[in-house]
Parts: sequence; C-alpha cells; structure tokens
Amino acid sequence: MNYIFYFLIVISIVIGAINGKLPDVVNSILSGADLSVKIAFSLIGIMAFWLGIMRIAEKSGIVLAVAKIIKPITKWLFNEIPPENSAIGNVALSFSANALGLTNAATPIGLKVMEELQAENEDKSSASNAMCMFLAMNTAGFQIIPATVIAILVGAGAKNPTEIIVPVLIVTSTTFVCSILVAKLFAKLWRAQND
Amino acid sequence: MINLISLWALPGIIITILTVAMFKKVPIYEEFVEGAKDGFKVSINIIPYLVAIIVGVSMLRASGAIDMFSNMMLPILHKLMIPVEAIPVMIIRTLSGAATLGLFSDVVHHFGPDSYAAKLCAVIVGSSETTFYVISVYFGSIGIKKFRYAILTGIIADIIGIVVAVTVCSHFFLPSIG
Repeated sequence: MNYIFYFLIVISIVIGAINGKLPDVVNSILSGADLSVKIAFSLIGIMAFWLGIMRIAEKSGIVLAVAKIIKPITKWLFNEIPPENSAIGNVALSFSANALGLTNAATPIGLKVMEELQAENEDKSSASNAMCMFLAMNTAGFQIIPATVIAILVGAGAKNPTEIIVPVLIVTSTTFVCSILVAKLFAKLWRAQND
Repeated sequence: MINLISLWALPGIIITILTVAMFKKVPIYEEFVEGAKDGFKVSINIIPYLVAIIVGVSMLRASGAIDMFSNMMLPILHKLMIPVEAIPVMIIRTLSGAATLGLFSDVVHHFGPDSYAAKLCAVIVGSSETTFYVISVYFGSIGIKKFRYAILTGIIADIIGIVVAVTVCSHFFLPSIG
C-alpha cells in the first residue's frame, strides 16, 4: 500500500506537470479530501441502521442459522475461523447483499465481518488469511443483477438493456471463482515464505 | 421479474429479521439501538483511509495520466478490437465507484447505449468491484496496516475479469455489429 500511495501521488503530480494540469491536480487534493468526509458522513446514518438490524439478526439466531447452512463451503474458505463463529453467518449475509446489488447494506455488514475476523486474528496489525479471503470475495464483485448499469442503459434509451445480464453473469462468476482460488493459493505461498 | 427481486430484496430481509426476532422474544428496539451506536464510530474511523484513497484517485484523474495511458495502449487495443474508451473505465473501476459510473455514463451518451463500447463497459462495470476502495476501507475500519496478499489478489482478479469480459463480449455482441 505504501508504494501504491506513493506512485499514485507522485505520478499524478509529474504527469500533471507535463500536461500543464498542475493547478487541476492541486485543486483535486482539496475536492478529494472534501468528498471523502462527505462520503463518510453520508455513511453514518445508513451504517447505524444496518448495524442495528444486524444486531437483531445476531441476537435472534439468524446469523448462526445461516452459518450452519453454508458450513460445508465456509469450512474450506475460512479454515482458520471456527464454523460456529458469527462472522461466518455474516459473511453469507454480506455476500447476499453484494450479489443482490444492495451496496448500502453490503458495506456495514462487510465492516462488521472484518471486526469479527479481527477478534480471531493473532496479529492485530496484519491481515489474516480469513480477511484476505473475505476481501477476495468482495473485490471480485459478484453480482446477480447489475441494476445500476442497467438503469443507466435504460436511461439512455438502449434497445435491449437486459442483454448484458448473461455476459455479466459469466464474467462475474468466473472472476469470483478465480479470485477465491488465487486467495487460497496465496494463503499457502505466503505461509511457506514466512516459515 | 428482475425489478421485482430488486424491489423486494431489502424490505424482505428486514421483515424476515424482525419477524424471527419477535418470535424469539428478542427486545428488538433495545438491540437495534445498541447495534446502531457503532455506526458513528465506524464511519469516523474510515475517514483517514477514505481521504488517502480518494485524494490519490482524484489527483490521478486530474493529471490526465489515464488518458495518456489509453493513448499509449492504442495499437494493442486495435488488434484486440477493444474500444479505447473502455480503458479509463477499466482503470477507474478498481479505484472509485462513483467515478466509474460517471465515466460509464459518458461512454453511453457519447457512443450510444447500443454501441459495442457501451456494452463492453457495461459488462466490465457490472461484473467488478472497486478493489482499492473496498480494501482500504475494510482494513482501515479495524486498523490493519499490513495487507499481505489482499491487494495482489484483487488486482489479479480484476485482470482476469477484464480478459474474460473482453472475450465474452466479443462473442456475444460483435457479430451483430460487424
């Protein structure tokens, strides 16, 4: 992340200077910082709502029930987390929220999962294999219905906007499976490197 | 059908959770408030990480680096029949969700919603997630400093996604145009 951050900033300034867009680049620091705080603040309400609902789901045993159903898969995916942990049930809920394109619900649930995985983590400053797996599932962006994209196509008057559903489904499931396999592979490689 | 599912997904989840909780005699109001208390804390915790990633991305976009990169890729793109316009969408996709939708709308309006560029971009946007944003915010919220292989995994998945998207789209959409 240190290198990415460095390159992002330095490349922007150098190329901005070459293109004569240095004033734009400088202005974008202010507007970017401003936008970050706006996003965080706009998250507070919806975050509170979903964390509240999630707490009810947890207390009523729904999270555990879901965790039990998907146990065969999660035992392999998250072999370092006890299968009865509430994180596992929340992983399933987070995945469903993502798959259905419910971005507003997905982020709070995802952050809750991270918190629960952190409780099981030995080194609190370093990512666990379970976290990397969860993020791999998340960043692959599995989605059954790309609602936002279809909405934009419909808005622009596309003849057959739903024709992208099948290609999206093919691409998104391939990426999802690959992403999980890559994470599993790295989990082995990284450990070997440390030993 | 699709609209119906999207419409009922959220309300359905909420009703199910609340009803099951009532049956199990969970004090739902008290538990809701207890859980919601964390909303403020979590949102505030992620601000530093949001600032780092969003400022970085804003600067990169303002510098014109992405357009330069697209132009450099031009010869390869022609061979693979990838519209140049798709390149900024591919890059921004891993960095920022809002910016991606903006770019995607541009492509749709500029080339028409039935153009190959619009369809390819639609598939790319619809089938991927903002890797860097998700990783920095999720790790940020719990104070993880060493990301280990999370970023590498995300990037590899994104590259696989783009390759598959280009292949699938050329099969699905190109014959009908050319």
